[in-house]
Amino acid sequence: MTQIDSKIPQGPLAEKWTNYKNHQKLVNPANKRRLDVIVVGTGLAGASAAASLAEMGFNVLNFCIQDSPRRAHSIAAQGGINAAKNYQNDGDSVYRLFYDTIKGGDYRAREANVYRLAEVSNNIIDQCVAQGVPFAREYGGLLDNRSFGGAQVSRTFYARGQTGQQLLLGAYSALSRQIGLGKVKMYTRHEMLDVVKIDGRARGIIARNLITGQIERFAAHAVVVATGGYVNTFFLSTNAMASNGSAAWQCYKKGAYFANPCMVQIHPTCVPVKGDFQSKLTLMSESLRNDGRIWVPKKLEDAKALQAGTKKGKDIPEADRDYYLERRYPAFGNLVPRDVASRAAKERCDAGFGVNSTGLAVFLDFSDAINRLGKEVVKQKYGNLFDMYEEITNDDPYETPMMIYPALHYSMGGLWVDYELMTSIPGLFAIGEANFSDHGANRLGASALMQGLADGYFVLPYTIQNYLSDQIQVPRFSTDLPEFVEAEKAIKARIEKLMNIKGKETVDTIHRKLGHIMWEHVGMARDAEGLKEGIQMLKDLKKEFWSNVKIPGTAGDLNTELEKALRVADFIEIGTLMAHDALDRAESCGGHFRTEHQTEEGEALRHDDKFMYVSCWEYQGEDKDPVMLKEDLNYQFVVPQTRNYKK
Amino acid sequence: MDKDISVTLKVWRQRGPKEKGQFETYKIEKINQSVSFLEMLDILNEQLVNEGKEPIVFDHDCREGICGMCSLYVNGHPHGPATGATTCQLYMRRFHDGETITIEPWRSAGFPVIRDLMVDRYAYDKIIQAGGFTSVNTGGVPDANAIPIPKKDADLAMDAAACIGCGACAAACKNGSAMLFVSAKVSQLALLPQGKVEAARRAKAMVAKMDELGFGNCTNTRACEMECPKNISVSNIARLNREFISAKLKD
Amino acid sequence: MWLLNSSIGKKLIMSVSGLFLILFLLFHLCMNIAAVFSGEAYNMICGLLGSNWYALAGTLVLAAGVVVHFVYAIILTQQNRKARGNDRYAINARPKGVEWASQNMFVLGLIVILFMVLHFTQFWYNMMFAELAGHHEVELGGAMIATTHGAEFINYFFKGNIVNTVLYLIWFAALWFHLTHGFWSAIHTIGWNNTVWLGRWECISKWVATIICGLFAVITVIFFLNGAGA
Repeated sequence: MTQIDSKIPQGPLAEKWTNYKNHQKLVNPANKRRLDVIVVGTGLAGASAAASLAEMGFNVLNFCIQDSPRRAHSIAAQGGINAAKNYQNDGDSVYRLFYDTIKGGDYRAREANVYRLAEVSNNIIDQCVAQGVPFAREYGGLLDNRSFGGAQVSRTFYARGQTGQQLLLGAYSALSRQIGLGKVKMYTRHEMLDVVKIDGRARGIIARNLITGQIERFAAHAVVVATGGYVNTFFLSTNAMASNGSAAWQCYKKGAYFANPCMVQIHPTCVPVKGDFQSKLTLMSESLRNDGRIWVPKKLEDAKALQAGTKKGKDIPEADRDYYLERRYPAFGNLVPRDVASRAAKERCDAGFGVNSTGLAVFLDFSDAINRLGKEVVKQKYGNLFDMYEEITNDDPYETPMMIYPALHYSMGGLWVDYELMTSIPGLFAIGEANFSDHGANRLGASALMQGLADGYFVLPYTIQNYLSDQIQVPRFSTDLPEFVEAEKAIKARIEKLMNIKGKETVDTIHRKLGHIMWEHVGMARDAEGLKEGIQMLKDLKKEFWSNVKIPGTAGDLNTELEKALRVADFIEIGTLMAHDALDRAESCGGHFRTEHQTEEGEALRHDDKFMYVSCWEYQGEDKDPVMLKEDLNYQFVVPQTRNYKK
Repeated sequence: MDKDISVTLKVWRQRGPKEKGQFETYKIEKINQSVSFLEMLDILNEQLVNEGKEPIVFDHDCREGICGMCSLYVNGHPHGPATGATTCQLYMRRFHDGETITIEPWRSAGFPVIRDLMVDRYAYDKIIQAGGFTSVNTGGVPDANAIPIPKKDADLAMDAAACIGCGACAAACKNGSAMLFVSAKVSQLALLPQGKVEAARRAKAMVAKMDELGFGNCTNTRACEMECPKNISVSNIARLNREFISAKLKD
Repeated sequence: MWLLNSSIGKKLIMSVSGLFLILFLLFHLCMNIAAVFSGEAYNMICGLLGSNWYALAGTLVLAAGVVVHFVYAIILTQQNRKARGNDRYAINARPKGVEWASQNMFVLGLIVILFMVLHFTQFWYNMMFAELAGHHEVELGGAMIATTHGAEFINYFFKGNIVNTVLYLIWFAALWFHLTHGFWSAIHTIGWNNTVWLGRWECISKWVATIICGLFAVITVIFFLNGAGA
C-alpha cells in the first residue's frame, strides 16, 4: 500500500516552519527567470501566489474564467480575516489561534499546517495594509478588531462588510502590477480542462478559451491550482454561478489524491430557498448572530399557521418561542460554530417547526436588539444587510423577524497536499480552498481569507522553490510534445461526445436534480442507508446526463451551455466521491454528521480511535470505485477533546 | 405581496464584435415577482435551449452584488431601475404586469460587445495595471499598526475602494468616460499614507492609460455617480483632477 | 504637453477659459448697469473702450478665450462621441439627480454663440470694428450715430423693439442653463471640490448664473421699456 508522506518537518511545533525555511532549497535570481509557473485561479490564493512568484522573478502564466482577475469569488467574503496580532491585548497568541482552529476543525486537520497558518496570519495583515487595504480603524488611527464566529478574543480584522473584496482587490492590485511589468501573463475567460503530465510531473495545462471555444495548450515547470471549492455540486449554494470543481477534479483523475471530499461547510445564516427557479443562495453575514436571536415556535400548531401564512412571526407571544440555540447551548447561545448552528436549525425544521411556506426556515429576530440598542444603532451595524434582505424577500427585518436557513458554503475537503502544498503529483500544487486545507472537518469564520492569503503570499512562494530548485536545468517544454497532443485530443473527444448527445434535458435541469440528490442523501445529516442509495442515484444520474443532456450551439465557439455541461459532468462525479467518503467516515465530526453517530443529546460523536485520519482518495478509472488511502493524524501537541459549546 | 406578472423583453442580440446586432422580442408569461431579474433570464434561456435555440449570453457570477460581473442596461439604466444595486440584485417586483423591458449591453467604445449582452471590460484592468497599486513586494513590510491612519481618511478610502469595477460608470456616461472608476482607485490610495508615496506617479499613469484606451472626457454630468451600484461619489473625480494637475505642475 | 494631450488637461483649458468668460460677463454686466442709470456714463465707457491698444488687446484676449472655449468644446465633444461607440442606446433615461443642462452643454453653448453673432453684428461691428475701420459714425435706421455713443445703440435696438428683446431673453435663458452647470463644473475640474463642497458649489453655481443672467434680462427689459438712462 502506498505510504502517504506529508513531509512535516521535524522539531517542536513552533519551530517547524522556521526550520523548514532555514533548510529548504532556494532558486537563485538568474535561474528564476528561466522557470515558468502556471497558476490557475485569481482568488485570494491564486492572485497572491501569482503576484508573489512574479515579484520573486518567476515567469507566471495566470488563468481565470471571469472577464477579470478581480472577480474571483473570494470577493464575496463578508466578515473578516483572523490574525493573532493581539492588538486588543485580550490574550490572543499564535498558539491560541492555532488551538482554536484545530478545535474548531474538530481535530481533523494537521497540527503543523495549522500552526504555520496561525504563524503567518500576522504577516498577512501587515502585507494588506501596505497594499492600501482600508481596514476599519479606531479614532486613534490604529486597526479595529471584532470578535467573530464565537471566538473568545477579538482577532478579526475587517473592512466594513466587504473584507473579502478589499483583500482580493489588494492581491489583484499586486497581480496587476506584475501583469503591467510583464512578469505575469494573464489569460482571462480561460477555463482549465486538464493538467498535462510529462514523466510523472505536472508540466502544463489544457484550457478552453471561453470566447473562441478553442482548446489551447500551456506548458510550465510547475502548475498551481487555486480554483476554489466544489460546493456548487449541490446546485444551490452561496458560491458564485461559475464556481466549480473541475480543475481539481481533473487533477484527481490524473492521479492527485482527493482528500476529505465529504467535508463541506453549511452556513447557518442564508436567505431561505423560495422556489425551483432559484439560482443561488445569498449569505447573510454571520455577524448578524451577534445581535439576532434565533427561534422557532414552541407549539406545532403555531408552526403550521406560520407555514400556511395565517400567522406572522410577531404574532407568536414570547412565551411560545423556542430560542433553541440558547436552550441547548447556554454558554455560546446564538454564537455556536457554524456546523452546530446549521444542524440545530435542520433538526427543528425536520421536526416540523419551520416557519415559512416550505417549512425550511427559522427566525433570526432583532426585536430584542432594537429594544436594547435602538433602531438607529442596529441600522448602523446591519443597515446594508437589512436592505439587502428586504430587496430579496420584500420583508422589512426591522418589523418582522428575518428568516434564515443553512446553505452550502465552503469545502474543507479538496486536493490532498503535503506540508509543501504539493499534491501527490510532483510539480502540481494546490492552494486556498482547492486544497483540503487547514480547516479539518469544519472551518471557523474569518479563517478562509486567512488560509487563502497565507498559502499564496507566504507559504507557496517558499515551498515551491524547494521543488523548482531541481528544475533549473530543465528547458522549457514544447506544447507540441505528444503528452500535450494526447491531452488535447482527449478533451476534444469529451467535448464532442457531449455535443453529440443532443438529448432532451438542459444542463441546469440535470444540475438541479444533482442538487436534490446531494441535499437529500449527502447533505447536512447523512446515514449509511441514504448514502448508498445516493451513490446509486448518482450513478443513474451520470448515465442520464451522458445520454440525455441537451447543448445547443457548437463546440468551437462561445458556448455557455457547454461550459456548464463540462462542469456538471464533473460535479456528478465529485458528488459520488463525496458520498463514498461520507459512507466511509462512520463518525460525526465538524461539517460531516452521520445520524447513526450522535450522542443522546443529538450532538456529533467523533470516533478518534478509528477515524483520526485524512481520507485520501485515489482515482482508479472511469466507473470504478475509488480507493481510499489514509494519512494518519498524529496529534503530538494538543489533546483532542469533545467540542462542547454548552458550558 | 408578490404576484405573477407577464412582461415583454426586448433583448439585444449580436453574434460578435464586428457583426450587426438587433433587438429580439420575447414574451415571459406569469413570472413571480419574487424572482430575480437574472433568474428570469435563466428561465428564458432554459426555454430557448429547450426550443433548440441559443441562449442569450450575458455576464454574471456571484449574484450578490459584489463581483461586478453582471452588466445589463435595463430600460435606460445600467443595472436597471433600482439604485445602489447591481443587476443581479434586481427583482421582478420592480416591474409591473404588461411592461416592456428593454435590455441592452454596455455601450462604450472602451467596452466592445463580445456577444449579445456580454462586453469586454478588460480596459479597466489595463488601467489598474498602469498604476492602481502600491509598489510593495510580498514580505518586508512594516507592522500594520506602525503608521496610524485617521479614521476619517480610512473611511473615505473605504468609500472609494467599494468600487466593483463593473463599468456602469462608463456605460452611464454620455461621454463614455471612465473617470469615476479611475478616480475611485486614485482616491483610495492617495488618501492612505501607504499609497501617498507614489500618488503623483499613479495619477499620471492611470489617466494616461485611460486616455490611451479611448475613454471619453468627463463633463461632470454626475450620471456615473447616480447609476453607480456602490454609490461612489464624484468628489473622487475632483480629487483625481487635483492629484493629476498638481502632479503635472510639479513636473 | 499634458495640457493639450491629456483629458484632464483639455478639461482644464475648458474650465479656465470658461471661468475667464464668466469674469468678462461680470464686467460687461457692470457696463450695462451703468447704462441703465446714465446713458452719458455709458457713452464715456464706450469711448474709453474704443480703438485703443489696451481695449484692442483686451478684445483679442477675450476673443481668444471664446475661440479656445469653443474649439475645445468641439474637440472634446467629438472625442466623447467617439468614446461612446458606434451603437447608441435605444432607450435613454436621465437618472435622477442629473441636471438636464449638464448633458446638453454643447447645444446650449452653440445657442449662446449664435446669439453672440447677432449681438456682435448689432453692437461690436458698428462700434469697435467701425472705429478700427476708421469710421467715427455709422448709419443706423437712416440716422448717423457716433460709434462711441453706446446709449443710442441701446435705444435703437431695444427701446420698443419686442423682437430683439425676446431674442436676447432667449439668449440669457440658454446662458443661464449653461452657467448653472458650467461654473461648478469648472471648479470641480480644477479639483477644488470635495463631498462637503459639492452641494455648495452647485448652489453657488445656480446663484452666479441667476445673478448674471437675471440682471442682464432685467436690464434688457428696462431698455425695452425706457431705453438707456438719461
